[in-house]
Amino acid sequence: MSALRIQQGSTSHSAYDLRDYHAEVIEKHTLAVLVDNEAGVLARVVGLFSGRGYNIESLTVAEVDHAGHLSRITIVTTGTRDVIEQIKAQVGRIVPVHDVHDLTVEGPSIERELALFKVHGTGEKRIEALRLAEIFRANVVDSTLESFVFEMTGTSEKIDAFADLMRPLGLIETARTGVAALGRGGKD
Amino acid sequence: MTRQMTGAEMVVQALKDQGVDTVFGYPGGAVLPVYDAIFQQNDIKHILVRHEQAAIHAAEGYARSTGKPGVALVTSGPGATNAVTGLTDALLDSIPLVVFSGQVPTFMIGTDGFQEADTIGITRPCTKHNWLVKDTDKLAETIHQAFHVATSGRPGPVLIDLPKDVQFADGTYVGPAKAKVSHYQPKMKASIEDINNIVQMLEKAERPIFYTGGGVINSGPAASQLLRELVEATGFPITSTLMGLGAYPASGKNWLGMLGMHGLYEANMAMHGCDLMINIGARFDDRITGRIQDFSPNSKKIHIDIDPSSINKVIRVDLPVLGDVGHVLEDVLKVWKSRGRKTAITKAWWEQIDTWREVRCLSYKNSDTVIKPQYALQRLEALTKDMDRYITTEVGQHQMWAAQFLGFEDPNRWMTSGGLGTMGYGFPASIGVQLAHPESLVINVAGEASWLMNMQEMGTAMQYRAPVKQFILNNERLGMVRQWQQLLHGERYSSSWSESLPDFVKLAEAFGAKGIRCSDPADLDDAIMEMLNYDGPVIFDCLVEKHENCFPMIPSGKAHNEMLMGEASTEGAIMSDGAVLV
Repeated sequence: MSALRIQQGSTSHSAYDLRDYHAEVIEKHTLAVLVDNEAGVLARVVGLFSGRGYNIESLTVAEVDHAGHLSRITIVTTGTRDVIEQIKAQVGRIVPVHDVHDLTVEGPSIERELALFKVHGTGEKRIEALRLAEIFRANVVDSTLESFVFEMTGTSEKIDAFADLMRPLGLIETARTGVAALGRGGKD
Repeated sequence: MTRQMTGAEMVVQALKDQGVDTVFGYPGGAVLPVYDAIFQQNDIKHILVRHEQAAIHAAEGYARSTGKPGVALVTSGPGATNAVTGLTDALLDSIPLVVFSGQVPTFMIGTDGFQEADTIGITRPCTKHNWLVKDTDKLAETIHQAFHVATSGRPGPVLIDLPKDVQFADGTYVGPAKAKVSHYQPKMKASIEDINNIVQMLEKAERPIFYTGGGVINSGPAASQLLRELVEATGFPITSTLMGLGAYPASGKNWLGMLGMHGLYEANMAMHGCDLMINIGARFDDRITGRIQDFSPNSKKIHIDIDPSSINKVIRVDLPVLGDVGHVLEDVLKVWKSRGRKTAITKAWWEQIDTWREVRCLSYKNSDTVIKPQYALQRLEALTKDMDRYITTEVGQHQMWAAQFLGFEDPNRWMTSGGLGTMGYGFPASIGVQLAHPESLVINVAGEASWLMNMQEMGTAMQYRAPVKQFILNNERLGMVRQWQQLLHGERYSSSWSESLPDFVKLAEAFGAKGIRCSDPADLDDAIMEMLNYDGPVIFDCLVEKHENCFPMIPSGKAHNEMLMGEASTEGAIMSDGAVLV
């Protein structure tokens, strides 16, 4: 088949769509998905993303309403505007899904991530790490004579920036929760 | 109604309460309690198939010909995995099914027990929803909810996995009326703004076309009736997908025939040239659109669909309308009439369509010596069209020829695997149709290769005296594969012929059925009549031209107005960027 010079790979979601999707703008959206807290519900949502070739940048899930058996899944995903619309429609028709909110378009929202960083070092590097942590309002939650564990909450960008600074100062391990997000204001 | 009973008894009771009369299935260790409960009652008939895939296809045939959900029962492990093809088929064609699978007891799940499979995991992407029931007290409610999910909104298959201990245990049964109401309640009616917008667009269109699909059939007979009324009242032309055949009668004067890859020239050209496309319950499948950039470039598009994920998935539309086809059509008709029944459709549009019709795209070179497959179907149509007839098909060239040459006057008369393209679908589906309609004529138009994929079902047809007619267009080839190899792969016919075919007449006789072979066009009518007059299953081995190609055809990666016609030169018809497509 090589003689046919067929382009490898495709970002399109129809085999018959030969448009160049690279030309279209890729957007990042944060979706809040309210689901019945039942066995396998996360697998349904995640399986849909992998099965249809959508991206997951980050994903968090936990029960938010114990009495109502509801969990909230927060997904950060990327795609063209058409793909984002399609993702919302596809997720929305999963039977145990109650609601899909696109926080990126539904007015202002707050996004927060929690991260833990283990930084190993002595001398100047150790002091510099502690100084930067203060600037970033990261808390020390564990300490030895040669290491700190910093805890930090903030936007993904802030956490990225802190991680970049810690790397030359002895960052040896990172744990991040992924994004949790809520719309601003009084309405739900 | 609440009372105590075992899980197995609940399954049977819930099926009765849901109005089920027939279950297709195959027993095994993990569903023995349910089979025991079925044995001890007479309201629900169990049909023993010969392979679980066939149970699902038979249930699909039952569902599509009756409009009711089909029900199947399989055991754990291999029983469930054999059902996967049928479930996927039903998902892609939006067929309501409720499938029960046995499972190892709850305390053995995860231990790789005998005949254990992660059925819920395996069937998650090929069902609309599925449930593993771990508590007998929740079983009845789950079954009622399963019927609700399978049949509401865009229909689809659902599966309930039943561990064996849950079947044995006692629990409290609740009837459908007392079961918890599901939050899953798809929107049926469109907003009044949407209806008004549709009507305004209908009123202004000069070159309109209705493009209808399986959603009209799924919406029920009333939707087909409303569609007919709207088409007659507006005088607009109408075409349909493979799935939607019969919603508008083939004898109707506005009918352009099926559209798409092997659709009619006039239908595809009208889709390409229209100024308003009204998509009713279809999903812009790639067999329909051809090259997307050039799909109906100058039209406004309305898309009426109950599934929001169908809208703007492939083709961006000007007016998306979310709702049930029947409800929307009813409202559109009402508003359109109340505004004075205005249309702007031009005479020139119908004249243009008539010139496309004059191309006579279904022409083929007939023969006195060998039966052309198109001729065989024309004769079958001529001899059966006035009968109470149901048609199923397998998948391939014969399927497309059946869609082109057989006419459907009513919905629910045509059962074919459209989305998944499952070879082996038609025979078991024909058995399901026949058992739902014992007095009707049921014909499976087949190719020999597809038919062999589920030939074991001869046993089922014989056991239940289902007089299904297996009309096999035997070209000793995988015809559609061979056609593509001719068009695309330098006539290198890699593995596309069937060697060592059985003697179909003897095969029929081996099962106690009737076999008929016909190879001379002059004998064809008599042979078909012999098939129709025989009271029992028939395998009709129709030996046809071996190298016939199916035309017209939109080659891969081409647009609607670039169709290949019969006898056309096919050299270089598919460009390199089209070659990668299926």
